[in-house]
Amino acid sequence: MGLFILRRTGLMLLTCLCLTFVVFFLTNLYPNLEKLAKSQGNVRMTDAQVASWLENRGYDRPMPVKYGEWLGVVPGWTYQNQDGDTLGRCVSITRDAETAPRFCGVLQGWWGQSTVFKEPVASVVGDKLGLTGRLMFWVMLLMVPSALVLGVLAGMREGSTTDRTLSTFAITTTATPEYVSGVILIAVFTSSAVGLKWFKGTATSAMDNPTFENFFLPVLTIALYGMGYIARMTRASMAEVMTAQYVRTARLKGVSFPNIVMKHALRNALIAPFTVIMLQFPWLLNGVVIVETLFNYKGFGWTLVQAAGNNDIELLLGVSVVSVIVVLVTQLISDIGYVYLNPRISVT
Amino acid sequence: MEPLTWTGSLGNILDPILFVLVPVFLALIVLRIAVSVLLPAPTMHTNPDGTLSATSGGPAVLVPKMGNWTGLGLLALVLTYLIAGAIMGATGAGIIGGMSQQLVPVWIALVVLFALSINFKRKLGLYGKLFDSTIGMIGFGLVMFWVFTGLFAGFDMLLTHGALDQLSGMKNKGPGTPLRSPEDGQFQWYLLGGDTLARDVFSRMLKGSTVVIAIAPLATLFAFMVGITLGLPAGYYGGKLDTFLSFLANLILAFPVILLFYLLVTPEIAATGLPQFMAVALFIFPLIFCAVLINARYRGQPSKNWTYLAIVLVPLFLLYMSVINAQNSKIDFWPLDFFDIPSGILVVFVSVVFVNSPTVFRIVRGLTMDIKTRDYVAAAQTRGEGPWYIMLWEILPNARGPLIVDFCLRIGYTTILLGTLGFFGLGLPPASPDWGSTINEGRKLLSIYLHPALPPAIALLSLVLGLNLLADGLREESLKD
Amino acid sequence: MSKLAEYEGPILEIDKLSISFFTRLREIPAVMDFSCVVQPGEAMGLVGESGCGKSTVALGVMQDLGVNGHIVGGSIKFKGRDLGEMSADELRGIRGNEIAMIYQEPMASLNPAMKVGRQLMEVPMIHEGISESDAYQRALEVVTDVKLPDPERILKSYPHQLSGGQQQRIVIAMALMSKPSLLILDEPTTALDVTVEAAVVDLVKDLGKKYGTSMLFISHNLGLVLETCDRICVMYSGEAVETGSIKDVFDKMQHPYTQALFRSIPLPGTDKNAHPLVAIPGNFPLPHERPPGCNFGPRCDYFREGLCDIDQRVPMADIPGDDRHRSRCLRIDEIDWNAPVAASIKTAKTEPGDVILKMDKLKKYYEVAANALFGGGGATKVVKANEELTFEARESETLAIVGESGCGKSTFAKVLMGLETATEGQILLDNKNIESTPIQKRDTKTVADVQMVFQNPFDTLNPSMTVGRQIMRALEVFGIGKTDGDRRKRMLELLDLVKLPRAFADRMPRQLSGGQKQRVGIARAFAGGARIVVADEPVSALDVSVQAAVTDLLMEIQRENKTTLLFISHDLSIVRYLSDRVMVMYLGHVVELGTTDQVFAPPYHPYTEALLSAVPIADTRVEKQHIVLEGDIPSAMNPPPGCPFQTRCRWKDQVPGGLCEKEVPPQRSMADGHQIKCHLAQDILERMEPVIKVAAE
Repeated sequence: MGLFILRRTGLMLLTCLCLTFVVFFLTNLYPNLEKLAKSQGNVRMTDAQVASWLENRGYDRPMPVKYGEWLGVVPGWTYQNQDGDTLGRCVSITRDAETAPRFCGVLQGWWGQSTVFKEPVASVVGDKLGLTGRLMFWVMLLMVPSALVLGVLAGMREGSTTDRTLSTFAITTTATPEYVSGVILIAVFTSSAVGLKWFKGTATSAMDNPTFENFFLPVLTIALYGMGYIARMTRASMAEVMTAQYVRTARLKGVSFPNIVMKHALRNALIAPFTVIMLQFPWLLNGVVIVETLFNYKGFGWTLVQAAGNNDIELLLGVSVVSVIVVLVTQLISDIGYVYLNPRISVT
Repeated sequence: MEPLTWTGSLGNILDPILFVLVPVFLALIVLRIAVSVLLPAPTMHTNPDGTLSATSGGPAVLVPKMGNWTGLGLLALVLTYLIAGAIMGATGAGIIGGMSQQLVPVWIALVVLFALSINFKRKLGLYGKLFDSTIGMIGFGLVMFWVFTGLFAGFDMLLTHGALDQLSGMKNKGPGTPLRSPEDGQFQWYLLGGDTLARDVFSRMLKGSTVVIAIAPLATLFAFMVGITLGLPAGYYGGKLDTFLSFLANLILAFPVILLFYLLVTPEIAATGLPQFMAVALFIFPLIFCAVLINARYRGQPSKNWTYLAIVLVPLFLLYMSVINAQNSKIDFWPLDFFDIPSGILVVFVSVVFVNSPTVFRIVRGLTMDIKTRDYVAAAQTRGEGPWYIMLWEILPNARGPLIVDFCLRIGYTTILLGTLGFFGLGLPPASPDWGSTINEGRKLLSIYLHPALPPAIALLSLVLGLNLLADGLREESLKD
Repeated sequence: MSKLAEYEGPILEIDKLSISFFTRLREIPAVMDFSCVVQPGEAMGLVGESGCGKSTVALGVMQDLGVNGHIVGGSIKFKGRDLGEMSADELRGIRGNEIAMIYQEPMASLNPAMKVGRQLMEVPMIHEGISESDAYQRALEVVTDVKLPDPERILKSYPHQLSGGQQQRIVIAMALMSKPSLLILDEPTTALDVTVEAAVVDLVKDLGKKYGTSMLFISHNLGLVLETCDRICVMYSGEAVETGSIKDVFDKMQHPYTQALFRSIPLPGTDKNAHPLVAIPGNFPLPHERPPGCNFGPRCDYFREGLCDIDQRVPMADIPGDDRHRSRCLRIDEIDWNAPVAASIKTAKTEPGDVILKMDKLKKYYEVAANALFGGGGATKVVKANEELTFEARESETLAIVGESGCGKSTFAKVLMGLETATEGQILLDNKNIESTPIQKRDTKTVADVQMVFQNPFDTLNPSMTVGRQIMRALEVFGIGKTDGDRRKRMLELLDLVKLPRAFADRMPRQLSGGQKQRVGIARAFAGGARIVVADEPVSALDVSVQAAVTDLLMEIQRENKTTLLFISHDLSIVRYLSDRVMVMYLGHVVELGTTDQVFAPPYHPYTEALLSAVPIADTRVEKQHIVLEGDIPSAMNPPPGCPFQTRCRWKDQVPGGLCEKEVPPQRSMADGHQIKCHLAQDILERMEPVIKVAAE
């Protein structure tokens, strides 16, 4: 077991390295750097000005070297400008060329400086992650139980009216991406045109003070899309289990229907959806980005959009590391949990 | 001129019926669930003709029956709205009538398609069986509605106004608003109102379907080609190859889709030529696939082999070179360039293929690992068939059921992805009438004006829903074999 | 809930029962006019081919026919009470309590996520409302009764931690937990190996007596019914065609189908040359395509037009003089039931030719990851699938390879075919070494020479290619015929050869029956003029009446082409019927090798002896020595030290010094090519008695 986790951690590190390098490569392509220079400096800069702007800030060197600096395995760049001041990657941390460390990268705990927020990446990501964590918590709390109940009820008696109605509902929600359901929900519940005005159309105020009124719609929007998918998986799994031979055995043992469902079918039926729920996490990230943009909730997803839109290289790297780790950790948990739920596979 | 109402004079008679039927229908559904949970199933008895029916009496029989009747009534009512509307037009039957009349070519195409298909369904294999399942038929109907709409709208049929035309005084006007100063021969209303730039929402919605219909199926097809060509050997051989390819697939899957889009689908990246290089790599897969497919089958007969290879590969190769070669870009050396694809479209296309193929890869790999244990695969091995023959002719055809189902679902997913791109304003040109962009534009004033954002949202919802239902129907029918 | 009141009279009375399944299109009658009575303590055997409705009867008794199945006529009375009129609650009180059921697949019928103990304890806790500790005591008792070692550990395990035989014992224990009056067994041993099956059958018989339970035993195997039951009911196409006591039905059968059935199974005394099997012509009718009049009419030798095909149900008629012996035939009195088999065609015995295949000390070891899910950590285990196979096969000879699961027979086939390469030793085909040439490197001739017929008819043909194209593809690969036209002609000839209509060329495999698919598989194997054909249990998945036809076909083609047939099977009856020489394998070792007569007569290897005793034989004249092996077959991943069979051998204590546990016995030559791998002393081996004795007529 320990060896297994070790191997998975190694794989995770390798994946992170590969992916951050891809992000690094894409963001450091010249047109992107040019865009960065013009947006940070001046839109009307000449090519020469752009070049010197990039040189001053250490952007003009070979990509592997820059990547190494970000990782912290290559010494940070330094540059002497006309005034004799020493600028450098690590200098910006201490603001003093003398005391600045030689290496400053991820290994040293320095995630860089966000060019959009003018703050260290670590603190930006940390803050925003907290906000998104709160959103996700409520999403999970709403989505998982209702999806499971929905799926179990539908799969319990395959082909019944309950099954058909609930399945139609589940299919409809999976067919409704967040930007459609969000727009419809906002239109119905917040607009003056319909006039219900039960909820607020933005969640900006929910960042400091979440209430049912300003927080429910974004949570519902994300939950709806994921709910249908989990419910359908649960339904399929439940329907399969209900036709299994051992359920017939239980029935012919004289076990009553509620007991068949609760004692015999449920645990077996939940094995498959568990994996789905865990793998849903990374998928939810999409929804988070859309919903945070739609409801103007300045969390992790919103930050991703800001960073990407402005080619904020180091923030983007930080964001991708976090999201990749979230994806891989949930995969790990889903694998391990699968083993514990399913007695047929032994860990030893 | 007076603005149009939703149903015009037709509504005087039909609307009250609708307002009664809808709540009754909903109530009956709720009641039906309650009955099926609370009461025991009705006892069945057999009829002389060998069919089965429930013994009459009791709410367990009555409620579903009433539900079915009300449902049929509703359906009839909707059909009346559409058919009468198509005849009476906007002047007589309001907005619904106007839209129905505009869509008459689509209705005709749908009726012809369904009539032909149902008539010959026994001869049409799995496609024919689709018409045994209500769910499947509804899904197929929805999908084909948008396919025909997209097709006709692509030739500028159906539209009441140009998708980019701005008419004065129509900014943010509600549905059914008449034009301020209609010219001769011009359609006199904005059926679904005007958007913030005074363009016709109805026409833009129709035109938007063309974008989806053109890109989504094709991109999914390419993703399948890539996924199949890599997934088959990974599943069949296993071992190091599998480990490596699976690692790559997981790498792409671990990447948040939106981040990838934000990084790839930008004008800056398009300028570096990266999408073109990716296109070079991704679009070669259909060629490889076809070449291996033919070669594996006809290896024993060289003359046939070369003929077929030439017939298929030469046109494909020319097409391939035309696609990847574009004037004034990083790849510009091929003389026989028949057409150029706008770099915005190409980058969207490439990214969507790139994002979809790892999932297809995983599905194909899993199916291959399952099917390769079958005896007929062993039989092929014992007569000395090559691995590619076994993969493509023994394994792949028998994996087609799940793959077709996933293909439908994946087109839906691709549609959602395209919408996401539009929603974030990535890739497609700014004035593009595609649904994602229109929703994005419309949402800004959502609290005041609903009409610009809702039609594209509902259009996208119905198309994806149709694809999902179609996939469900196909799955159900293919399991019945 | 307590038991129903004591009732004097039959436990189960089924009267004119008809069950139908309803589809969207039509009603499909599954059981028609079925009657039978089970008395207390009696065991009733229900025999028939797949699709004859025997399992439907069982589910009808349990009142568990699903959504589409309905009883459309007749009644089922249990202890005098009509089950059809009971409420759901009353039925639940009876299920598991008064009537218990055991199914074919033990693994599937146990809940994988629930400990065995809990599943057992549940039964009395529901029905008798006893406390958990009482239920545990009861479970312990019953598990001991079904002869499982270490009951407490077993109760704590999950089903997947037990072997197939142990699982089936648990299922039996579960059925006995509430001491039911009626036990329904639906093919309870089909999924088990022969020696395990014998032990389970033995157990069921004993427990039936001990608990005084009546049994309804459903099987397709006449031999098994003979061994377990008092009375038998033969079913054909939804109807009972003959019923009576075992003795009456087996010795004085009064229905053409029963007679045909017995003539198509290989009993001692049949021989492929002198007394060949007689296959039943035609096919089993589909439920909605039954003929008018007698269902068996179209396939019956005694069919008479104008009598048997009048559209009217044939009634059951009593056979006077016998005990409740009834038959559904209109011509009982006209047929001479003792007439000898007329249609049998005798053929001359073919003499084996030159040696074409030679195995010399062939070994095949596999390395497998020790842990499937978290594996790859370096820990691998070696599975010794084949150990030192040495034998020869001659032209037009049939060599049978006999053994149960895990004995290495399939691995051997793979190595021979070239799908795997040998670890050590050699395979000589026409004196050419092929053991380390994988199939892709073999020349077309070699590949075409060595072909295979597979076990599972539903898996042997590619479901998405027409029959004709599959055969033509084989011809193409083997380089036969210059044009597609040539190959098409040859393909049609091959269809003629396997006696299939030429129209089948354009059919899809799903339109064919199991036997027909197997014929196509044979045609495909012979497409390149194969000289060696490996037949891996080619008929074991087929129905009895079809088995004979396919076996005969295989024999006939072999005779004509002088093919060497390597016939892999676990069924000793069929092996005795058709093979010239027999090789018995156990856990990768060849334990005995010799001509058919040598292997089927003493001296035996102890394993052969047990195997012979385990195979049920449907002949009342046969007397068998009763040998039951303890335990299960060890896993090939983890074989016992010394002799592979020592864990289950009943002769082990006759070998001094615990030699069996230390050393693998040497291959000993007995007489004239007869080899046995055993430590037993020569005199003990010679003292062995024959397992099967056929009583004199």
